[in-house]
Amino acid sequence: MSTVVGKPIRRVEDKRFITGQGRYTDDIKLHGMTYAVIIRSPYAHARIKSIDASAALKIKGVVAVFTGKDIEADGMGGIPTGWQVNLINGETMREPKHPILCTDKVRHVGDGVAVVIAEDLAIAEDAAELVQVNYEPLPAVAQVRDALAANAPKVHDELPDNLAFDWNIGDKEKTDAAFATAHHVTTLEFYNQRLVPNAIEPRSAIGHYEEGRDFYTLYTSTQNPHLIRLLMSAFVLQLPEHKVRVVGSDVGGGFGSKIFHYAEEALVTWASKKIKRPIKWTAARSESFVTDAHGRDHQTTVSMAFDKDGKILGLRGHTIAGMGAYLSTFAPAVPTYLHGTLLQGLYTTPAIYYKVDAVFTHTTAVDAYRGAGRPEATYLLERLMDTAAREMKIDPAELRFKNFIPPFDGVTQPGYQTQVALQYDSGNYAPTLHKALEIIDYKNFRKRQEEARKNGKFIGIGFSTFVEACGIAPSAVVGSLGARAGLYESAIVRVQPTGKVSVYTGSHSHGQGHETTFAQIVADSFGIPMEDVEIVHGDTEQIPFGMGTYGSRSLAVGGSAIMKSIDKIKEKGAKIAAHLLEANEADLVFAEGKWTVKGTDKSIPFQQVALTAYVPHNYPAGLEPGLDFSSFYDPLNFTFPFGAHIAEVEVEAETGEVKVTRYVSVDDVGTIINPMIVEGQLHGGIAQGIGQALYEGAFYDESGQLLQGTYMDYTMPRADNLPMFEHSTTVTPCPHNPLGAKGAGEAGTIASTPTIVNAIVDALSHLGVSNLEMPCTPARVWSAIQTAKGN
Amino acid sequence: MNVPITVTINGTAYTRDVEPRQLLVHFLRETLNLTGTHIGCDTSSCGACTIMLNGQTVKSCTLLAAQADGAEIMTVEGLATDGKLHPIQEGFWQEHGLQCGFCTPGMMMAGVQILKNNPNPTEEEIRHGLEGNFCRCTGYHNIVKSIQYAAKKSAAM
Amino acid sequence: MLPASFDYHRATSVADALGMLGSLGDEAKILAGGHSLIPALKLRLSKPAHLIDLNAIPELRSITRQNGHIVVGAMATHTAVQTSDIVRSAVPFIADLAGSIGDASVRNRGTIGGVIAHADPRADYPAALLAADATVVLTSKSGSRNVKADDFFVDMFTTALAEGELVTEIHFPALAKGTGASYQKFSHPASRYAIVGCAARVTVEGGVCKNVRVAFTGLTEKAFRDNGVESALEGKPANEATIQAAALLAAKSIEVTGDSFADEAYRRHIATVQARKALLAAVAAATK
Repeated sequence: MSTVVGKPIRRVEDKRFITGQGRYTDDIKLHGMTYAVIIRSPYAHARIKSIDASAALKIKGVVAVFTGKDIEADGMGGIPTGWQVNLINGETMREPKHPILCTDKVRHVGDGVAVVIAEDLAIAEDAAELVQVNYEPLPAVAQVRDALAANAPKVHDELPDNLAFDWNIGDKEKTDAAFATAHHVTTLEFYNQRLVPNAIEPRSAIGHYEEGRDFYTLYTSTQNPHLIRLLMSAFVLQLPEHKVRVVGSDVGGGFGSKIFHYAEEALVTWASKKIKRPIKWTAARSESFVTDAHGRDHQTTVSMAFDKDGKILGLRGHTIAGMGAYLSTFAPAVPTYLHGTLLQGLYTTPAIYYKVDAVFTHTTAVDAYRGAGRPEATYLLERLMDTAAREMKIDPAELRFKNFIPPFDGVTQPGYQTQVALQYDSGNYAPTLHKALEIIDYKNFRKRQEEARKNGKFIGIGFSTFVEACGIAPSAVVGSLGARAGLYESAIVRVQPTGKVSVYTGSHSHGQGHETTFAQIVADSFGIPMEDVEIVHGDTEQIPFGMGTYGSRSLAVGGSAIMKSIDKIKEKGAKIAAHLLEANEADLVFAEGKWTVKGTDKSIPFQQVALTAYVPHNYPAGLEPGLDFSSFYDPLNFTFPFGAHIAEVEVEAETGEVKVTRYVSVDDVGTIINPMIVEGQLHGGIAQGIGQALYEGAFYDESGQLLQGTYMDYTMPRADNLPMFEHSTTVTPCPHNPLGAKGAGEAGTIASTPTIVNAIVDALSHLGVSNLEMPCTPARVWSAIQTAKGN
Repeated sequence: MNVPITVTINGTAYTRDVEPRQLLVHFLRETLNLTGTHIGCDTSSCGACTIMLNGQTVKSCTLLAAQADGAEIMTVEGLATDGKLHPIQEGFWQEHGLQCGFCTPGMMMAGVQILKNNPNPTEEEIRHGLEGNFCRCTGYHNIVKSIQYAAKKSAAM
Repeated sequence: MLPASFDYHRATSVADALGMLGSLGDEAKILAGGHSLIPALKLRLSKPAHLIDLNAIPELRSITRQNGHIVVGAMATHTAVQTSDIVRSAVPFIADLAGSIGDASVRNRGTIGGVIAHADPRADYPAALLAADATVVLTSKSGSRNVKADDFFVDMFTTALAEGELVTEIHFPALAKGTGASYQKFSHPASRYAIVGCAARVTVEGGVCKNVRVAFTGLTEKAFRDNGVESALEGKPANEATIQAAALLAAKSIEVTGDSFADEAYRRHIATVQARKALLAAVAAATK
């Protein structure tokens, strides 16, 4: 029997998407549905003096207008934060209220002030124009570097300043001592710019309260329905959790931005009860730009110390991390436990000290965006490595080989304990770089570069070798670090009487292809065809309490939960089979879809065991009927994928335009179930990382206005901006989960940004260019060339 | 004052009175429940709403429904005929040209237009032809391959 | 996002459209390709009471050759211009320019008349009309008048169009043998509008440049002809050195508007680069 695991099986879910039968939240129409438009602040910081909705309410078809005061009057809470990071001095994290709609003040452009609900969207938009909000504009602070200045306008009046929390990691004394003995120190200062996630499906939420059942349903574009249900019912609206259903049907991309519990979800749920009708809100793209949580926003200064042979002696640095105006769901974890703990990279750095100041500004909230902290960590490390190599006149590949942690498999050798809290599971770093160097033909590159320069063409090569952390876990550990949720995953595997299998997973697919990958695992485990397996996700009424999909966790954590249920089924199935075969359970083997008595041709197929479990006439005494198991898997550790990426770029010196001519990635994501899907994840991740390096950036002016608030200003990478990607893999299994899988969702984004910037700097290094701010737009690159030339 | 229109969509004629300000994409999605065509932006940039109007791709968010009177429209729902997938659909499926699926209907329409203009396009021509359609998931690599696959498949037909 | 309410009027002839325009007055806006207007309606930056749709007027779609001129109907789409054999054979740079606007779907709807009537300072056509010495035909109830491109573009979003007038045709003189032209665009990567676009037309006679016309878009509030560059090349040998010297004078006497993506210094520099590329290509086409 042929197996499917490890093969590029084309996706099961595609059929509905390519025929236009996907069902995204905005596609849902409920009987009696109304439409909501939210009135949002045009100011970054202002006092709300009055709101007059009388003209709007006179429009025919307007059902209701609500303000923050109405919500407050009902005693509703604010949007909570899911992670607590206390200050270094022990003070509790400063967690100001994040209201569903503002009552006294607005704190960023796009902050919600009122909601208009009408019979259709056009009427709601007409009426929204008539709501008069009288603001008193106030001075704003928009840049993270200004947030802690003594005279900076305060984002939250009740706080002493704009610090949300500070945090440090590592050993300061040891690190300072290492720097004192350094032969060479490389220092970089840069701004890791804000990015707008820009899933192509705008966020959408439908609240539906049914009075007869006293029951709430929220359809929403989310990456984790149960998390939204828990946060919204327990903290915001104080609803009984069993009376709330959250459905995230097909979701059009997330990249982190749809993890978080957003005000609009609570708003439509609350308001639906007020008007006793369903309410749909769908973001216009211009709303997405100012309300979807942004990514990055790190102002960083960092140094790396080396001995005379290029061995790393230490790393120290400081980041001011923007939180935006409020603390979004996972925001506090991003610059800390997902960033500070990754600062050793895949090097043997013996001493590290790092400090983070997390600050409020009058801007849209910042939270996890593809990679979440690890791209920022990798960016600083890999920019330092290429810069140090140049400064020390060591080949950048060689500098990395000198400093790689030696191989360890986590089975016969222990995991690797870093200086910054993590214990890597398994790693074998050098082969990825060797392979990448070979694919890109590095040995001939410098000669080509020299030739090109003679002809006035500037080509460059950039490297990034990285390790990242996926499947953040286990729950007890993350709990001790401030997480207010567990980080396990759940799965029910239900064998139907005919031997068909339904799997209910707590993971959530918004493009990752779980309906295929998970089905491959189940099909091979039971020796049945993939068509006999259905994967169900995204509906709290159907699936067990699960944590959803983010942090590249689905296969390693969600897949492992499925494996646990599969094991339970096989164990029970063996009892039934033994009974039917009149054999000893210990004498049975399960293979190719049947239990066989070892050394005989006596066997019984999976389907017959399934039927017997539900029609238990001839059945083991004392055994419960049914073949249906629920499992929760709480991992022992994170998983640590790694890899080496190399890019070649061509810089048009006259205009500063950069073209990525080759992109080679060698990734080790552990055991691979579907190589086609893994490769697709890498492609998309790489494109997003290239986007940050070359095109994307959300910048605020001094008054707190977002300068790139539409697709006419914010540059999304397009097909004609990118090359074909050359992807390859090595396989170092994860030693602590049953699948050996590590995770592939974010590696591309984590690695590619520094790879590209390193390549551009390399192309221009002969002119004396040593650093570039992102995005490396033509104007910036040209200007760097002019400065280097002394023009 | 509402405007009477008759539009043929995927081979079926629809006669409706439309509000002048109704956009074609809303007519498809809200009036006719053809929700395969998506809305991804408000600046005519992203291409999620791309459909075929009289044999040419248009962004249905930048057209009034009233303007479609008398037009022949094809949406994603009309790509397959008699249950047989269109080569572009085959291509996207075979080459993993989609992940979340949201840009896919518009992206496939852009692919159909590319191949209509040029049945045997180069990689560069395909990429240029996709400049009005954003995908955030795939990095476009497999979308390019999907369209190449459809080109080969169509040539063989 | 939906527009505010308006009444929709589908014109089926120019006379029909002019009649509507006359009776509805300044309450009405003309709907051509809609790729500037409809987004503005959706964002409610524009709230006209009436829209007069020109898309059902076949006569405005035509592209013909008349007396040495290429006559392009105002409602010719960018795709129609890009793929027109008439345009390509007589003014190939206009066909190339049309193919560089927006993206494929935008080009299938966007029209030449819509672009020039809107007069967006970043649009491509205005520079090309100036360099091509094109004429814009404006039609009102009282008849038609011809306005030279030089006189048509007045200011940002402002043209010589008077009340009650429609743009109906654009006339491009066919490029004679010995004359070449080119449009070179440096696009904003997000909007794909021109950061700087330079259109150049040059006649080369006996190795000398004559009748040089150079125009820019994207640099300031409107497209403009650059006399500094033109006169620096006029009567000079058609070679790289003279072209480079002329190109370096690009936009010297113009106040250039910068933004966060491309500041003034960068735009000025790119203007010289695009001018050189456009002039080199124009001369190459002239001497082919």
